[in-house]
Amino acid sequence: MIEKTTPEVGGMGYPIKRKEDSRFIQGKGNYVDDVHLPGMVYGHMVRSPYAHARLKSVNTEKAKELPGVLAIITGEDLAKAGLAWMPTLFFDKQMVLATGKVLFQSQEVAFVVAEDRYTAADAAELVEVEYEELPVLVDPHKATDPDAPILREDREQKSNHIFHWEVGDKAATEKAFQSATVKASVHAVSQRCHPAPLETCGCVADFNKATEKLTIYLTSQAPHAHRTLFALVGGIPEQNIRVISPDIGGGFGNKVPIYPGYVCAVVASLTLGVPVKWIETRSENLQSTGFARDYHMTAEIAADANGKVKALRVKTLADHGAFNAAAQPTKFPAGLFSVCTGSYDFANSFCEVDGVYTNKAPGGIAYRCSFRITEAAYLIERAMDVLASQMKIDPAELRRRNFIQPEQFPYKTPLGWTYDSGNYEGALNKALEMIGYKQLRKEQEEKRKKGELMGIGISSFTEAVGAGPAHSFDIAGIKMFDSAEIRIHPTGKAICRMGTKSQGQGHETTYAQIVAQELGIPASDVIVEEGDTDTAPYGLGTYASRSTPTSGAATAFAARKIRDKAKKIAAHLLECSEADLEWENGKFFVKGASSKSKTIQEIAFAAYTNIPPGLEAGLEAVDYYDPPNLTFPFGTYICVVDIDKGTGEVKVRRFVAVDDCGNVINPMIVEGQIHGGLTEGLAIAFMQLIDYDENGNVQGGTFMDYLVPTAVETPHWETGSTCTPSPHHPFGAKGVGESPNVGSPAAFVNAVVDSLSHLGVKHIDMPITPWKVWNILNEKGVVT
Amino acid sequence: MAKKQSVHVKINGRERQADVEPRLLLVHFIREVLGLTGTHVGCDTSNCGACTVVLDGKTVKSCTMFAVQADGAELLTVEGLLQDGKLHPLQEGFKQEHGLQCGFCTPGMLMSTYALLKKNSQPSEEEIRWGISGNLCRCTGYQNIVKAVQYAAGKLAEGGAR
Repeated sequence: MIEKTTPEVGGMGYPIKRKEDSRFIQGKGNYVDDVHLPGMVYGHMVRSPYAHARLKSVNTEKAKELPGVLAIITGEDLAKAGLAWMPTLFFDKQMVLATGKVLFQSQEVAFVVAEDRYTAADAAELVEVEYEELPVLVDPHKATDPDAPILREDREQKSNHIFHWEVGDKAATEKAFQSATVKASVHAVSQRCHPAPLETCGCVADFNKATEKLTIYLTSQAPHAHRTLFALVGGIPEQNIRVISPDIGGGFGNKVPIYPGYVCAVVASLTLGVPVKWIETRSENLQSTGFARDYHMTAEIAADANGKVKALRVKTLADHGAFNAAAQPTKFPAGLFSVCTGSYDFANSFCEVDGVYTNKAPGGIAYRCSFRITEAAYLIERAMDVLASQMKIDPAELRRRNFIQPEQFPYKTPLGWTYDSGNYEGALNKALEMIGYKQLRKEQEEKRKKGELMGIGISSFTEAVGAGPAHSFDIAGIKMFDSAEIRIHPTGKAICRMGTKSQGQGHETTYAQIVAQELGIPASDVIVEEGDTDTAPYGLGTYASRSTPTSGAATAFAARKIRDKAKKIAAHLLECSEADLEWENGKFFVKGASSKSKTIQEIAFAAYTNIPPGLEAGLEAVDYYDPPNLTFPFGTYICVVDIDKGTGEVKVRRFVAVDDCGNVINPMIVEGQIHGGLTEGLAIAFMQLIDYDENGNVQGGTFMDYLVPTAVETPHWETGSTCTPSPHHPFGAKGVGESPNVGSPAAFVNAVVDSLSHLGVKHIDMPITPWKVWNILNEKGVVT
Repeated sequence: MAKKQSVHVKINGRERQADVEPRLLLVHFIREVLGLTGTHVGCDTSNCGACTVVLDGKTVKSCTMFAVQADGAELLTVEGLLQDGKLHPLQEGFKQEHGLQCGFCTPGMLMSTYALLKKNSQPSEEEIRWGISGNLCRCTGYQNIVKAVQYAAGKLAEGGAR
């Protein structure tokens, strides 16, 4: 266990209140749309109403005549500068502004710049675009049919097939299936949805023609990587680009990619020499920027007569829309989907994924998850329930029989991952106890006799977060290390800067607590700054629950470098040798003479005023941390639902979440992350869907029809924890922000299916709407 | 561009006047003409409530009103909650109970719950949940927002109404 500091110091484990809150509760946050620069003008995007159409002409004459219009950029204009296309984050390219044809509804066609946002919107209406409609491909299952229209004429390969990826031992897995006593399978769709952070994407691009410096205020989860990409793609010297991510109103993966609107604002500012603001509307956000999921998955489990699993076979079709704009490490076309063996000890496994193009918005990004691991966790937890139901074994018992055991860690999965630590049964037992599982099963039995519908769903998920290690993980070639820089001022106060970027996770508080823990400087004396590429050390940003595992570790190591130097200064001040010194509670003291001591504050002052001979002045350090492995948080979630037989409405009666994310920095913030992630899991299970009609018209493209939960639909969450530290992280932490979103969808769906399983229901695809349930009840003749 | 019209409001206790286009949304008037950027825009369909302000004692979604419709009105935004340099118990409650994460919905939440507590000083959990059902939050799962409002209700009961 981590030794606790005093509450005044506020190191690890204290639920200290967040430093960032003071500005947010007073309306003093500074989000991108709050940035107002002298002479700033506004951009507005012209978008395609068609999902697939030949672009015959773009006429900007009328729009240009409107007073206040400054410029209109078309795809042809960008093509002259070689910028009509840009690389995606995954070996593909994407049109910035359309040339030749459009490939999805709401695709970017022209960018209008005007003196104010209303005039820009007016002028966009006056841009005349002539389209010739083309046959539309919506169903990914038809993408490789011989008569499917070929969407991407720019590619050499005249096919809508993007990639085939497989991992595992196919032959051994097949052999295990041939000899298996029991086989269970499920086809499950992890539906297309969108992270929809409450703040949409946007930027202010400010090119100063005199200094040739381009400053971009950007809704970016990865400001440093974005700076490098702007330099590489735009040909602007990197020292002349400054990306500032100010306060970010939620990200959840949506703000990892670079979007056409950003590029257009930059081009407009370079051309006009004035700051250009572009803020997308909610509809633009939902219809054109990074969607998530759209995985059509089949899982098959081979097991013996006792329900002991032997092999797992997974086949998946991934719909990427018009461009493969997935934001994931280049080695992994399906991200961490191959963590699909989950918490269970499978001897053999084989997993294959095929990606295809359709006439839909490009993606898919990792929505509050570590590169497709939500899809993986959902699939295995659903499949385990299908097996349990088929074998008439209690789902908790089936999981217990198959868990990887604590002594098996580090555990190598058949698909190549090495889990760092875990105690899955511990979390399951705690969750069962918290919810009163046995009693609930009795209640369910009694209710069934009376014809009432109640279900209990379990999910014992394993997460994989904290990418790097650099040998396997990168974004567009840039390795996924991360960084921290700590500077101690003469008065013993500190400023820290990191390569990550909070979007609400509370970094200004938690990183300060790490410094407090390591150096004994009170967290209240530590300022944390992120998001300005001119001042912060280089890093890959915040997503995949990687901030604590990477920059958090870097913070600890930078602090330890400072402590090493502080020891030299303390030895000088106390006139002893370093070997005689011991560190405790923010001070060095002479062994056996604890009254002879120097606090970190006294040492900091000496670092600038009484420097030992031969030692550099100052007290600061930088650390770039490349983790040796991912970390693997886990937990068990249990959900209880009641079904209204009249309306098909599912009521979540209770939800218990037991999480194990190793050692905790701030339990208040961890609990807040879990509440939020569970709510997004609820949304995915019951509400959120971006659908398309047969013409490729997006359904669910506004908050009127893309349903996100309000306080009324959201249940009261009950949280608990176990603690299994990561053995390779400097303070045993694992990361937590995404676990609840990764682990919970299966718990909700398992609960609903469990409530109907006695009627022969084996699976229901998400989102489980009242209409879907009502239809099932009708079909089974139990609707009242 | 249509002829500009004069709009006069009392906002956070201060008289302000400007000539604006009749079609200018109240939220853009508040944010861009008056320079009070605490009020946010999170959608274009009146669903999210990030733009909620209090107008003559009632909450409105300021993205769904024209500035000219607010002519002569008294407005309260998040910037006006602080009084005599002291946080309103709701502001305190949001911080104490971890009722915010990214902070983008927070100003709208504060204004909705401010109006709720004016109407109902001791709301039940269900009443609080319905009271904020016009405000979306993507980060907190609402549970700690409920606690923040309960905290404020408790404080207000202790110390008299504000």
